[in-house]
Amino acid sequence: MTRSRGRVGPLATPGHRAPDLAVDALLDDRRTGIIVCCGSGGVGKTTASAALALRAAERGRKVVVLTIDPARRLAQSMGIEALDNTPRPVRGVDTANGGSLDAMMLDMKRTFDEVVESQATPEKAKQILENPFYIALSSSFAGTQEYMAMEKLGQIHRDAQRDGSYDLIVVDTPPSRSALDFLDAPERLSSFLDGKFIRLLLAPARGPAKLMSAGFGLMTNALTKILGTQVLRDMQTFVAAFDTLFGGFRQRAQKTFELLQADGTAFLVIAAPEPDALREAAYFVERLSEDRMPLHGLVVNRASPRPQGSMSADEAMAAATRLRKQDPDSLTAGLLRLHADQTRMVEREALLRDRFAAAHPEVPTAVVPALAGDVHDLEGLRRVGELLAEG
Amino acid sequence: MVSARTLRDVSEQRSDWPRVRLHVVTGKGGTGKSTVAASLALALATEGRNVLLCEVEGRQGIARMFDVDPLPYEERRIATGLPAPGGGSPGHVHALHIDAESALLEYLAMYYKLGRAGRALDRFGVIEFATTIAPGVRDVLLTGKVFEAVQRNARNKKAIRYDAVVLDAPPTGRITQFLNVNNELAGLAKVGPIKSQADTVMTLFRSPRTAVHLVTVLEEMPVQETADGITELRRARLPVGGVIVNHVRPQDLDEEDLEDASGGTLDPDAIRSDLKRAGVDDANGLVDALVAEARDHAERRALEDTQRALVADLGVPTYELPRLAGGIDLGGLYELAAILEQQGFTR
Repeated sequence: MTRSRGRVGPLATPGHRAPDLAVDALLDDRRTGIIVCCGSGGVGKTTASAALALRAAERGRKVVVLTIDPARRLAQSMGIEALDNTPRPVRGVDTANGGSLDAMMLDMKRTFDEVVESQATPEKAKQILENPFYIALSSSFAGTQEYMAMEKLGQIHRDAQRDGSYDLIVVDTPPSRSALDFLDAPERLSSFLDGKFIRLLLAPARGPAKLMSAGFGLMTNALTKILGTQVLRDMQTFVAAFDTLFGGFRQRAQKTFELLQADGTAFLVIAAPEPDALREAAYFVERLSEDRMPLHGLVVNRASPRPQGSMSADEAMAAATRLRKQDPDSLTAGLLRLHADQTRMVEREALLRDRFAAAHPEVPTAVVPALAGDVHDLEGLRRVGELLAEG
Repeated sequence: MVSARTLRDVSEQRSDWPRVRLHVVTGKGGTGKSTVAASLALALATEGRNVLLCEVEGRQGIARMFDVDPLPYEERRIATGLPAPGGGSPGHVHALHIDAESALLEYLAMYYKLGRAGRALDRFGVIEFATTIAPGVRDVLLTGKVFEAVQRNARNKKAIRYDAVVLDAPPTGRITQFLNVNNELAGLAKVGPIKSQADTVMTLFRSPRTAVHLVTVLEEMPVQETADGITELRRARLPVGGVIVNHVRPQDLDEEDLEDASGGTLDPDAIRSDLKRAGVDDANGLVDALVAEARDHAERRALEDTQRALVADLGVPTYELPRLAGGIDLGGLYELAAILEQQGFTR
């Protein structure tokens, strides 16, 4: 029998500590032109974007923040509760360092309409805007919001390049079902435009189709059976009217994609210290590097604050049990149990972060402790900005 | 749904939702709606009942929570339900991962006998078009499959008939749009088979056999979103179920202690002597640390109470689930299921 040699020391390599994310250095670097905040829903992405934008502005940058769906009170305090799809100056920003802050909330349908209006002749635009298929597509196409956020980013960037109105654009991304939808949006649009199906729908409008194979007949029959003739007709009209705009759309989508890959862009992945959010974050990190997008770091938001006492959770629970035996209503026992609970939360979160760091050791990370209340004014955003910078 | 509670008294049933066959669970991102949906399925699968847990967002969350292989488009038995308190035999939880492509192909085969044409559609990119790009169609397909599971008919002969179906649904911000498939299609298909399919589905969704439950945490934004969600659901005449408050902080301090903690009037000497009695020495300023933690906790509890009052004003039955400091594993799901059962959600 062979005996394996006993191992000495812990099996796991200890201390997977991610490098610190230097937020202020990123904001102060004049070469940073675009910051994209991405992550799954409910992790405080909108608040983080607004806080970064405010901090950059107060440190002297000319900033515009493009948000998707801010909490009502936060939107009010930033003066963007009216949806007019144009950046508006935020009041109450400290401009002593020469910076400024504008904010806008994305109106997806309006952005889409504006693109159509700017690309087509008035009659054609009217025809498209009134088509039932367009109306449904522009307000609920899976991915429209993502695509329009990128479209708006491209627009603002082009304008800013021309007139120098902004030197930093902070973008909040929509809380997508798949957090990556916005990266896919240009491609998905292209595949929609290039799709065989679209070509087939267009075929009748382009004269007698050579494609009238048996398979095609089968397909149109099936579609008519399921959708009814009226839907097919609407789709054909829409596609025919939209056909001329396709090229422009795709070109700009491609430009925006390239803009995102450029050096001036920094992606920040926002997560909460929860398994699901961190799994999404990991997926994001991998996807960004696959697409050669400049990932700058990870922000772990809403972390449980570390308890001050150095007593372990087990010790605290044991002591609490001893006290409860003597006095079931003991206040001190309650305090010890709270301490144990808090310590367990913090330990679990730290473990989750360590595992993330073990898998992605190169990603600089900032940990932002959860505030007791919600953030709904500039003061709150400033506080979050400070915490981000302390990371 | 005011009748739910009264009905319970009349018929001596202990469940708040005795007539509901389809439980739709929604919630803002980060509130733990999938965990709640899974716990609810376990709680319902008691006394020999069969429950189907469906997910529609392509995340394979069920597989992860129940620690099984990723689910295909196929009903799989994944867990034994919560044991009945009297020791009766539990039922089973089955799971189904619904994706729009498979649902469309199944639908075509089931209703139109479109085996060959279905493949032709695929070849021409129609399946992809219908499921990713065509607005509303995706939701019609997903909800259509859920409908089929609730209301099994002769076309699906060998299928299990479930006592209840739990749907881990899209988030609160999208739920009304998702369930209100009729409206989605209104601009598109005014007549035709897909329209009549949507009509049948809506009839079930609007009936008392459906309840849409909303998961929230006691924070401002999620509670606000829950209130908005309820208003939207009611406007669309969709039946609002209960509100499940998740991640509730531990309640180890009573009112009086909380007041002292936030007012800074906790007695450090009393705590110190308690600690000494428990054999803990106050070496590293432990007392100060505990007092500071208590103040922070009291502040958060006060914010929770404000939000709790708002939730109570929503006028629907509410349930509370604790925050589990160690995270959620399969055991945690049973723990939460038992709490839902104790609070009268099921049985």
